[in-house]
Amino acid sequence: MARLQSPAELVDLRKHMLAKRDTERPCITICSGTGCRAYASETVSTAFEKEIKKQGLEDTVDVKTTGCHGFCEKGPLVVILPGEICYVQVKPTDVAQIISQTLMENKIVDHLLYTDPVTGEKAVHESEIPFYKNQTRLVFGNNSKIDPTNIDDYIVLGGYSALSKALFEMTPEEIIAEVKNSGLRGRGGGGFPTGRKWEECRHAPGDIKYVIVNADEGDPGAYMDRSLLEGNPHSVLEGLIVGAYAIGSHVGYIYVREEYPLAVENVFIALKQAEEYGFLGTNILGSGFEFYIKVHRGAGAFVSGESSALMTALEGRVGEPRPKYIHTVISGIWDKPSTLNNVETWANVPLIITNGAEWYASIGTEGSKGTKIFSLVGKVNNTGLVEVPMGTSLRDIIYNIGGGIPEGKKFKAVQTGGPSGGCIPESLIDSPVDFDELSALGSMMGSGGMIVMDEDTCMVDTARYFLDFLADESCGKCTPCREGIDQMLTILTHITEGEGQDGDIELLEEIAEVTKNASLCALGQTAANPVLSTIRYFRDEYEAHITEKRCPAGVCKALISYYIQPDKCKACLICLKNCPSGAIAGGKKQIHIIDQGRCIKCGICFDVCPQRFSAVKKISGRPVPPPTPIEARTIEERKPRRKQ
Amino acid sequence: MKEITLTIDGRELKAQEGMTILEAAQEAGITIPTLCYHKAVSPSGSCRLCTVELVGSGKTRLVTACTYPAEQGIVVKTNSATVKKTRKMLLELLLARCPNVPILQQLARDYGVEKPRLKKIKDEDCILCGLCTQVCQERMGVSAINFVGRGVNRTVDFPFERMWDVCVACGACTYVCPTGHIQNEAHKVAQLKRQLGIQRKCRYMLMGAVSNKLCPHNYECWRCEYDQRTEYRLGEHPALALKLAQRQGR
Repeated sequence: MARLQSPAELVDLRKHMLAKRDTERPCITICSGTGCRAYASETVSTAFEKEIKKQGLEDTVDVKTTGCHGFCEKGPLVVILPGEICYVQVKPTDVAQIISQTLMENKIVDHLLYTDPVTGEKAVHESEIPFYKNQTRLVFGNNSKIDPTNIDDYIVLGGYSALSKALFEMTPEEIIAEVKNSGLRGRGGGGFPTGRKWEECRHAPGDIKYVIVNADEGDPGAYMDRSLLEGNPHSVLEGLIVGAYAIGSHVGYIYVREEYPLAVENVFIALKQAEEYGFLGTNILGSGFEFYIKVHRGAGAFVSGESSALMTALEGRVGEPRPKYIHTVISGIWDKPSTLNNVETWANVPLIITNGAEWYASIGTEGSKGTKIFSLVGKVNNTGLVEVPMGTSLRDIIYNIGGGIPEGKKFKAVQTGGPSGGCIPESLIDSPVDFDELSALGSMMGSGGMIVMDEDTCMVDTARYFLDFLADESCGKCTPCREGIDQMLTILTHITEGEGQDGDIELLEEIAEVTKNASLCALGQTAANPVLSTIRYFRDEYEAHITEKRCPAGVCKALISYYIQPDKCKACLICLKNCPSGAIAGGKKQIHIIDQGRCIKCGICFDVCPQRFSAVKKISGRPVPPPTPIEARTIEERKPRRKQ
Repeated sequence: MKEITLTIDGRELKAQEGMTILEAAQEAGITIPTLCYHKAVSPSGSCRLCTVELVGSGKTRLVTACTYPAEQGIVVKTNSATVKKTRKMLLELLLARCPNVPILQQLARDYGVEKPRLKKIKDEDCILCGLCTQVCQERMGVSAINFVGRGVNRTVDFPFERMWDVCVACGACTYVCPTGHIQNEAHKVAQLKRQLGIQRKCRYMLMGAVSNKLCPHNYECWRCEYDQRTEYRLGEHPALALKLAQRQGR
């Protein structure tokens, strides 16, 4: 492929590609994102290829593996175009049926359709599934239409037209003004206005400037950047090139985690293809603009997601943050002006350039514009990646898109913003999701993690879990973060182990305040959020742990005991056989008793006790009743089995 | 150099552009406690003890005086209630890690820490301020020691925790250490000498100041007569007094 020399050539190429493509030709798209791959979607795609070969349909049917569609709960997902018939949880054994029925006879395979768990309705098309129906997929929508290893797919959908528009119809100042007017704010967590960042960097003194993609997404349970980079790398590249042109940079970096092998692979492929087509390198599209991108693979430190730490790591040193009183847009990597933006932020840029700032600013709320991708995980029916306009309420996201809490349990809290975010309780579930609103609630937008918790979650334990993560990931450079997190973790661990004392909550608050105010970087400054927000909204749970030695949710092992209710036990032997520590005594027609001294509180007996008996009970905050005397343990009556 | 005016604790001061708040305050005789600051190395802002309150328009925030540049017209409070509270908690946190360090005990007493409220996590002398690693890297240019590990598991050590001959036992790290944690030079030198095949270089030969001279003091750095003389002449530890250019032999 010869490099494109002008915008007209790009338009011609797109026309040529479109003319070659038959929109009526059936195409089987198989989601090949990380979630679906975990469900073995690769075996499904090979099964499709094999079956098509067997049937001799190679010339009439296309098979395409695409990036993540978002509905990871029901993977592997298969969408058949042009009818957009969506099949969920497809197994290799279903492939033959899909081909023989849907492709040959145009019939729908009923059992593979998505069934609404509440209404029982079946959805044939992707757009009818409530999970997709309630979303606005501006950035993420193209993922399901694109083979990430094929640049043609991206060009056909209008890809790189924003680049050509920016290079030939706009001046750098106009681009910056457009981004500024759009109200785009950084999607990585801080929410800094992107246009302002670019402007400051453009006006910073110095000839050499850098642009950086931050793809060091490390929050537990968050994978939007990963899926975007894996599924649609060109959208990120295009945004980066436009940004580089606006800022006046000629070298860009993509800092991607080594733990994302597919993202690394796809980025390298995308870079190669973009260079072949003339979107990268010297004289881009004949404009005379020169830009190169280097990929840096991170060695796996959560703190490297912080901008100054990332830059230190890019310089080849240990990823540790440095004071940012002089902004990185003035003095970043190698003390040169550097603009760092998140993957999602860059991917938003082509949309703004193509559709204009006004269009973009019309979506979202007063202070936060556009859409945001969230990774909706935890105790929710529809796990996956969702993209909604800013200002959508948490309730809409969790109930309308997420399908509510599984097993009819009660919603308790949602943790937004990853480990440094806070927990938002049920009473505030109608709050809109935007940068300022979430900060006011003591949480944050973060990069977009959203962990839903049900009534079985202990909030003290949750805070402890997140602090445990942060204690591992703190770089240890500054005192309040290193020692403060460790002290808070120690206190929380004591509370969950039933050793909490009066005054612990106040001490926690005091340490949290200092950690928040005095830490060097954003990791430390936000590390107190899980503690402060759970104390703010769930203080009663802390008090129950400390004063009553009771865990209301029945999670903290040291504070609960398992007890078999003698009147309910039917001596079925199931728990007895499954107990790993041999703590359950009993026998045939003998009521089972747990020896509390030997019980390791693994909870297996609680899980395996048949639901119709529900004899095993968690007790917290009060002593376990004394065991039934041996002579009273025998179950006398037993209904004779009905003979059929 | 442009002159700027800023207000620290209600006093209007003059300072040079490019100074930090700490430098401006020190020049005016205002004390701000520090642990990880040393004029020989670039400020890292790791101990956070020099935290001061920056009164901005609308909101105030806490910044470290050692890294924040003195800007025209800023208003700084070095001893407000918030600052005191923050420093007190920082000292408590440090004391929970290093309960037996005199300088910390003294500072803690000054800030009104009566009895320890926090659980003692460790009993060490190192507060991980990073001065030793910085002086080794920035002033000696060798990086013989550096941080190992992350978070609470962080320590200062040689690579792979094994002594190596890049360390010439120059003693600069012991000189800058605020708590006296690094002080076992003689012991380490003895250990070094026991390792066969290791040729230790004298820092004066290394630095090109005194050439081809055998050390009459049997490699006991910081006790040798050149060291003593340099210190007497320059009033500072020789490792720090020698300028970078001199070291490179230019």
